[in-house]
Amino acid sequence: MELTKEQAQELIAKRVAQEFRNGDVVTLGIGLPTKAVRYLPENVHIIVQSENGVLGVGTYQDETNRDRHITNAGGVGVTINPGGCCVDSAMSFAMMRGGHIDITVLGALQVDAEGNLANWCIPGKFTPGMGGAMDLVVGTKRLIVAMEHTAKGAPKILNRCTLPLTAVHKVNMIITEKAVFEVTPTGLLLREIMPDSSLDDIRAATAADFEVDLR
Amino acid sequence: MVKIITPAEAVQFFKNNQTIMVGGFLNCGVPNLVLDELIKTPLAGWTLISNDTGEAGINRGQLIHAGKIKKAIVSHIGTNLETVQLYNEGKIEIDLQPQGSLAERIRADGAGLGGILTPVGVGTDIEKDKQKIVLNGQEYLLETPLHADIAIVYATYADQFGNLAFHGSTRNFNVLMPMAADVVIVEAEQILDEPLSPDEVVVPGIFVDYLIDGGANGID
Repeated sequence: MELTKEQAQELIAKRVAQEFRNGDVVTLGIGLPTKAVRYLPENVHIIVQSENGVLGVGTYQDETNRDRHITNAGGVGVTINPGGCCVDSAMSFAMMRGGHIDITVLGALQVDAEGNLANWCIPGKFTPGMGGAMDLVVGTKRLIVAMEHTAKGAPKILNRCTLPLTAVHKVNMIITEKAVFEVTPTGLLLREIMPDSSLDDIRAATAADFEVDLR
Repeated sequence: MVKIITPAEAVQFFKNNQTIMVGGFLNCGVPNLVLDELIKTPLAGWTLISNDTGEAGINRGQLIHAGKIKKAIVSHIGTNLETVQLYNEGKIEIDLQPQGSLAERIRADGAGLGGILTPVGVGTDIEKDKQKIVLNGQEYLLETPLHADIAIVYATYADQFGNLAFHGSTRNFNVLMPMAADVVIVEAEQILDEPLSPDEVVVPGIFVDYLIDGGANGID
């Protein structure tokens, strides 16, 4: 059964949320990764850091608390949780680069069996830029790639990325609507098959070699 | 006391082909009024140093749209499809840099440092043309300082001494750029009659040359 884009994203976001531990400082990429906070397990409270300089991102603003001077890294109005604060860009990236972020969740154009990530440039076509992604991936304690398994049917999990890299050997885990992989020094390890997928489905949609060790 | 000028008066400090820093992150904390004036001038050929190029035709995107920018040193252009298109067509030079390195390069200039060593970008295309230094077995890129002829930044509050304070997530690059430019123009939403408390000051007034009463900052 083919999932819709929305169903796939919800499945991924829910699975990502299971990775958070109470008290984690977390940075989430724009789009799908940001949705993971909706599905936090009960009694798990995390501190969300946003690269534009917000620590303790709360909810989206509504008509009762509009403030155009408080946004997340996507430019969307947000609230700040009690205990949170705002900092400048140098301090914000000191948090990331300096190893003070527990988990980072980012999307990817490609990710590979060596833990390399490509998510900032499709040469000659679309070059959005790296923004804060290169700094984030270098300093974070754990890096999770959360993305749809394929792009218009084409595999995004490869033996070796072909697009310009964002980070080298930094990815720890890959979560898609089909599978959860761990990246180990010897390559990819398939740890979970998602509810609507199968091993054959995953093999067909993955252009990387992987071992299977289901938990 | 720092001199208070109008957005139109700010134009006198600009010349062709200068390097200009502009504070802000997307549409948050951007000195919009000065940008509105700059696009009315015949001046051009600028190198823009900023986090991003905003959105098409809005704030810093206005400068791109008006053809004022020869080169942009930024971390991200994906929110402004006009910039992406001009880049693909070879009509603008874009030097994409990791956001944290961009921030530290600006800070390094203002802090009198010869550069910074960062592991960010090692093994990626960002290495190109950069010196690599190995220290204690770890590879670093030497990132050099970034300096500007003029910095235009946003502040929420300024006092008569040029001291600046900020509300919300408007600090971003606005706190760093005043240290790294020859002429610093600050667009403040409120210019206070009384001095800010020493405890409230985020950017000391010694870094600031001119203040503009930004009011609602060209928004609302």
